[in-house]
Amino acid sequence: MAIQTPNGFTLDTSGERVVVDPVTRIEGHMRCEVNVNSDNIITNAVSTGTMWRGLEVILKNRDPRDAWAFVQRICGVCTGTHALTSCRAVEDALGIEIPDNANSIRNIMQLSLEIHDHLVHFYHLHALDWVNPINALKADPRDTSALQKATSPRHPKSSPGYFRDIQNRLKKFVESGQLGPFKNGYWDNPAYLLPPEADLMAVTHYLEALDFQKEIMKTRTIFGGKDPHPNWLVGGVPCPINIDGEGSVGAINMESLNHVRSIINQTIEFVDNVYIPDIIAIGKIYYDAGWHYGGGISGTDALAYGDIPDKPNDFSAKNLMMPRGAIIKGNLNEVHEVDHRDPEQIQEFVPHSWYKYDDESKGLHPWDGVTDPNYELGPKTVGTRTNIKQLDEAAKYSWIKAPRWRGNAMEVGPLSRYLVGYASKHTEFTDQITDTLGALGNAPVSALFTTIGRTAARALEAQWCSYKQRYFLDKMIANIKAGDQTTANTESWDPSTWPKEARGVGFTEAPRGALAHWIRIKDQKIENYQCVVPTTWNGSPRDNEGNIGAFEASLMNTKVERPHEPVEILRTIHSFDPCLACSTHVMGPDGEELAKVKVR
Amino acid sequence: METFYDVMRRQGITRRSFLKYCSLTAAALGLGPSFAPKIAHAMETKERIPVLWLHGLECTCCSESFIRSAHPLAKDVVLSMISLDYDDTIMAAAGHEAEAIIEEIVTKYKGKYLLAVEGNPPLNEDGMYCIIGGKPFTDQLTYASQHAKAIISWGSCASWGCVQAARPNPTRATPVHKVPGIGNKPIIKVPGCPPIAEVMTAVVTYILTFERFPELDRQGRPKMFYSQRIHDKCYRRPHFDAGQFVEKWDDEGAKKGYCLYKMGCKGPTTYNACSTVRWNGGLSFPIQAGHGCIGCSEDGFWDKGGFYDRLTDIHQFGIEANADEIGVGAATVVGAAAAAHAAVSAVKQARTKGDND
Repeated sequence: MAIQTPNGFTLDTSGERVVVDPVTRIEGHMRCEVNVNSDNIITNAVSTGTMWRGLEVILKNRDPRDAWAFVQRICGVCTGTHALTSCRAVEDALGIEIPDNANSIRNIMQLSLEIHDHLVHFYHLHALDWVNPINALKADPRDTSALQKATSPRHPKSSPGYFRDIQNRLKKFVESGQLGPFKNGYWDNPAYLLPPEADLMAVTHYLEALDFQKEIMKTRTIFGGKDPHPNWLVGGVPCPINIDGEGSVGAINMESLNHVRSIINQTIEFVDNVYIPDIIAIGKIYYDAGWHYGGGISGTDALAYGDIPDKPNDFSAKNLMMPRGAIIKGNLNEVHEVDHRDPEQIQEFVPHSWYKYDDESKGLHPWDGVTDPNYELGPKTVGTRTNIKQLDEAAKYSWIKAPRWRGNAMEVGPLSRYLVGYASKHTEFTDQITDTLGALGNAPVSALFTTIGRTAARALEAQWCSYKQRYFLDKMIANIKAGDQTTANTESWDPSTWPKEARGVGFTEAPRGALAHWIRIKDQKIENYQCVVPTTWNGSPRDNEGNIGAFEASLMNTKVERPHEPVEILRTIHSFDPCLACSTHVMGPDGEELAKVKVR
Repeated sequence: METFYDVMRRQGITRRSFLKYCSLTAAALGLGPSFAPKIAHAMETKERIPVLWLHGLECTCCSESFIRSAHPLAKDVVLSMISLDYDDTIMAAAGHEAEAIIEEIVTKYKGKYLLAVEGNPPLNEDGMYCIIGGKPFTDQLTYASQHAKAIISWGSCASWGCVQAARPNPTRATPVHKVPGIGNKPIIKVPGCPPIAEVMTAVVTYILTFERFPELDRQGRPKMFYSQRIHDKCYRRPHFDAGQFVEKWDDEGAKKGYCLYKMGCKGPTTYNACSTVRWNGGLSFPIQAGHGCIGCSEDGFWDKGGFYDRLTDIHQFGIEANADEIGVGAATVVGAAAAAHAAVSAVKQARTKGDND
């Protein structure tokens, strides 16, 4: 009955099958099925992307300068990261170099996205996997006050009265019987381990974070005009700098730079005094209780492309402030080079995805990517094609393809970036990791390779990003002081200056992990556009060799308290911050053949 | 039945904060301070309304926009104003427990709940390009629509189709009002990619406050936010009228905040509140940050030519007009015709003025 996967997992489908669909508190639509044995241990996991939009075929024959706006709509949560990736891909194809100020502004915008995304993810998508708001009603506000002062002495909101007010508001909310987003939660499940005073502190910060998050993104409104979905520009950024001339009031000037600085300072304060202490406090309670599940392939196979170029237009590992490289088979002594242009490195497989290749035993590099949708269900499916009760994972079972790096299933995201940074002995990351392990009670490095570690890495990264925003604001101001107010390079704006054919790659580290776009331009139009996105890596189904992806691997061998209440499943899946709208839109050059969908 | 005010009091909101909230609401709706007591009275005598917020093919930018609302705060909307019983982006429950909520609300609050839709359903492949609970999203959507009091189509996806419906629309993504089997209910379109946060919360607040749906234009959008073009209220409009244009990115005109019409700005044909309400608590909007409007609240805006293409044909250039005529044109003619008319005169002026710059 048991199957051994090449990447080291034993899959056993003999136990009871549990289905979670929809998986909520994620971006987009996803389904998860697991088998649970008589000891309530997960012995098989199946993750399915349940939406597909086909954006790249829509991009065909459009103006490459417009592409950023289309692909930005791949995701409104990680809004902007696709747009930035697209600008970089077009600039790479056309050999456009952006000005120094544009690099600083883009970095500030990208960093603010990372921080916002991580913060909202933890408090508003992930917290309810750890925090029980109903249990918070039992807290003595004085205990919460004492806990707050102990975990974060610098946070000003810590009086017993403050927590009592929040508790009263919560109490009245619960007593109304109209629980809104908390309705039908699993509030008596023993998987929730926090004492009431910690639950009350966390619920309070859920509300504080909801109020505060809207401030973080205002840097993007200043530079990009709106948020979500600010504006970008191939060749630089659209916002001009006019520091002291006529019309300065309508451009980036001293007032707007001061505003940006104020937002950056507030962000640093919130992350330092609320987010990080909460993660340590909650993480330690669960870690000390022995809840060490969810590692999957995080400690063995990690991929990061790197991001945040210090100098503009240099995407080499040493110029990227976010780490770049690949770790395979758990060997932290070797960080492999990653080359997006090498056809042997990044390939996508489809034997378990609802797409068709001529030869499905092979993977295809994104330059040569093909996407021919092929929605068909395996013979062991329970239900019908429009009412699926149980999937057959031996056949096709997801709208997500299976990307692999040199044949390996890889995890991407903040934890992978931190692992690559750690293995690269980059002190900014090793210091943060050492401090965190110390705060967890001198935990070993293996503590990172857990659901807790994945969630903690995201918080550490938010902190790193909040300080790097300040670095780039200072850098930009120094550059302006030195006389450079340029924000756009328009030399190649006119398509008549372009070569007849060109191709390029752009990449970023999206909040959820490594993201790259591949573009081919022909006769001034997009000939082909391919995106391989973070959740495609993490949420991938099995490949031709039978390797399971990061989501599925992370659920393996987890003990669930109550098999029919998916608290632990949600906790671990959420620790990746899944983004399904991102992952399930991949489209190839044959896209116009879509009418010929084949269904068994 | 408990009143809105009771609910807010029960949430621990003081009378003073409640009244302050009412005056902010009045301001957000563009009403005078004299309306504040009226809003307060309305809220003291009305019940809370359950909301089912469904998600189809989308990017979640509408939800992301909603949580950025400055007045009222998203926290207060969700905890104290509506009962957001289903929203798969933030709800604690998953799987069966989540699905059960829809059935419960539909049964218990027949004709009384609001259905908010973000994204849209694909009709190709029997709807299985968007699967929820093992079934097509169309099933969930049409079921929940049958007994709703009204439907709010959030954003350009639900209102028009948006990016996944751009040519060639591979999944046959379909806006809510065109979905076969959708309930025959009032549909309020709140387009934009995404809509402005404060516009979203104001539409909800308006319905709760005045116990009626906002007045809609012929296309189904609330007139209070969508009856005027970006261009009509743009602070750069004087530069358009004066023929002062940005000619290329980051040039002198860009630095001085000249009109972005020549850079492809779609403000003259786009109906939205960006140039008045502005974004993220009134901080800025695209034109203010140096990029033209891409027209994201207009039907089919992805397929109306490039974002950097000018709106009008150059063969019309040269027709005489003055600033007064531009004003008359903008006020009386709709859409591209007015834009063409206005643009023509402005370009003429630009040519004349260009010699002096």
